[in-house]
Amino acid sequence: MSALAPVLAVTGTELVQNLIGGLALGSKYALIALGFVVVFRATGVINFANGAFVLVGAYMTYQFFQTWELNFYLAIVLSMIFGFLLGIVLEAIVLRRLVGEAPFTVIMVTIGLLFILDNLVTAIWGASNLNLGDPWTGSVVEVAGVQVPHRDLWAMGFTGVVLCGFLLFFRYSSMGLAMRATAMDPEAALAQGISARTVYRVTWGIAGLVAALAGTTFATGTGNLQPGLGLLALAAFPAMILGGMDSPLGAVLGGLIIGLVQQLTQLLAPEYMEWAGRSPEIVVPYVVMIVILLVRPYGLFGTPEVRRV
Amino acid sequence: MRTLLTPFGRGRSGGRPSRNLVLDYRDDLRIFPDRWARVGLLLLAFLYIYLPTQQVSDAGLRTLSTIGVFAIGAIGLNLLTGYTGQVSLGHAFFIGVGSYTAAYLGAEMGWPFLVYVPAAALIGVGLGVVIGPFALRLRGHYLVIVTLGLIFLGRHIFNNWTSVTGGNRGTQIRGADMSVGPLDFSGLELFGTTYSREQSMFFLVWAMVAIAALLAKNLVRSRMGRAMQAVRDRDLSAEIIGVDLARTKVGAFAWSSAFACVAGVLSALQIRFAGPDDFGLFLSITYVAIIIIGGVGTIFGAIVGSIFVVGSEELINENSRSDWLGPLVSTGPTDSGWLSVGELNAVLFGAFIVGFLLFEPRGLAALWFRAKAWFLTWPFSY
Repeated sequence: MSALAPVLAVTGTELVQNLIGGLALGSKYALIALGFVVVFRATGVINFANGAFVLVGAYMTYQFFQTWELNFYLAIVLSMIFGFLLGIVLEAIVLRRLVGEAPFTVIMVTIGLLFILDNLVTAIWGASNLNLGDPWTGSVVEVAGVQVPHRDLWAMGFTGVVLCGFLLFFRYSSMGLAMRATAMDPEAALAQGISARTVYRVTWGIAGLVAALAGTTFATGTGNLQPGLGLLALAAFPAMILGGMDSPLGAVLGGLIIGLVQQLTQLLAPEYMEWAGRSPEIVVPYVVMIVILLVRPYGLFGTPEVRRV
Repeated sequence: MRTLLTPFGRGRSGGRPSRNLVLDYRDDLRIFPDRWARVGLLLLAFLYIYLPTQQVSDAGLRTLSTIGVFAIGAIGLNLLTGYTGQVSLGHAFFIGVGSYTAAYLGAEMGWPFLVYVPAAALIGVGLGVVIGPFALRLRGHYLVIVTLGLIFLGRHIFNNWTSVTGGNRGTQIRGADMSVGPLDFSGLELFGTTYSREQSMFFLVWAMVAIAALLAKNLVRSRMGRAMQAVRDRDLSAEIIGVDLARTKVGAFAWSSAFACVAGVLSALQIRFAGPDDFGLFLSITYVAIIIIGGVGTIFGAIVGSIFVVGSEELINENSRSDWLGPLVSTGPTDSGWLSVGELNAVLFGAFIVGFLLFEPRGLAALWFRAKAWFLTWPFSY
């Protein structure tokens, strides 16, 4: 690192600092992408409403923690439970009716839900930025001269835990097995006595749960809780696409790549990429995504779709 | 075999059957199959003259012109999504390109109307040809997300290409030429009568809607249109019966973005402003909502959908202080209310999309088809 640093216009410490920042940002994206992936795996639906789940989750944590003055960690758990219930309710009311419909229909319905929920959140909690007031903000851990914010550590930790949880869950639990079977072939799964209804319902619940956690990690810090989080979640799409839409591990790697690329662009663009205009880091994930898709149309770790005549 | 499709039915030769029978393929493809269609056409022509000259206030005309602009864009999206089955969330990007083309070529460079509108359409075709190949490599979900990325890329370009777009403050459109031959639509003078800007704009926009609808209708009943629908229904089968997938998909993108760019030009001329924030995800979703509500895969559905969506938005705007909406909607920081006008709009939007897809996936057009079938087959139900 430090050998590379003199070539660039940044110091080694700065670079490491930014790399860690990028990993932290990436793990937040990864959390959102995991929510996308779990739904896509089981139901074959891109869930745009995930952005709304993220938003609702963040605000529910605020509600439990600040308004109802519960313990912060308890607030996160309650918010995740709320996310789980929200996912289940939406599945029961709306998405169950759309099983087997064309992707276009389902995508548009989830976009419709995104608009409804996003604006209801704004209506309830207002459009201005709020402070989540989490206990992590402001404190840093210093390792060898590099300062790592506490909340970044937590974000990375959460992502690691959720990823391991997913891998174990899909591998060893009977529900996870049922989900994999349903994803592979719903009819064959039904014939084996797996209740597709339960599988879909739990899937949406898990998506809501993970999204609530992701929303909370995005909302930490000063004044970071704002309705724009719902659209920020869409920035996790490149992460999901990059890894391939049906691979949890891919989603995490995709998230980390996107986070790193974004952070490094932000660091280096003013110096080296003046032609790219102001704040190119906003669009860089999409550029990376498009380039990777042109080379590998199913992402880095996705399952190629086999077309049979 | 006659290759020319006649727009009107047989019958000039006498011996008219009691009902227009569909005897061969050509009959089926006719745009105006019977007398009623022609009566309807006359009625529309009458409204075209009557509405702006007699009835409607300037504000109302502005709404009607907005509806027309959205209708043109929605017809374009319908060609791509409704007829070819390629879902695009990037439509707002093409609308934006059209708007900035009008701002730069029309207002800044002072090109004549009849040059910069075709230029915008050509730019649209060019962009469609560039984006289209993505649809060959990516299918379904992946395509949706790439077109979503297009919006963010577009916004970045609009924000940063300051010499053309005016950056994030946007650009005013003043003094763009709007004359077609002797008719100057920035303030029409016809047979000794001078019309206001709103009236002229109405004439211009709805004439363009008519042209766009006719063009699209003819496109979808041509060879290209049938190829598009075959690709939509199942691209693999289409490929096997000899449809050139590359040509059809890229062609659909090109047509769609050309329509979108023309809609963008008209929208810029109408509101006389183009700013990067106007061409975001919300506009794309608006267009998708229009074709879902109006009816996916029908030309007139796009127009009906625009009337519904833009009309309901306007209705909320106008009634935001009334008794029944007042308590729900806040019009400013001092007004007590639960949602702002924009938020209520967005919530309704979402609700309309979800509701229509759940309960009437073919949109308002399906209601019309059902009513028509009921009357045509009366007293039988089949």
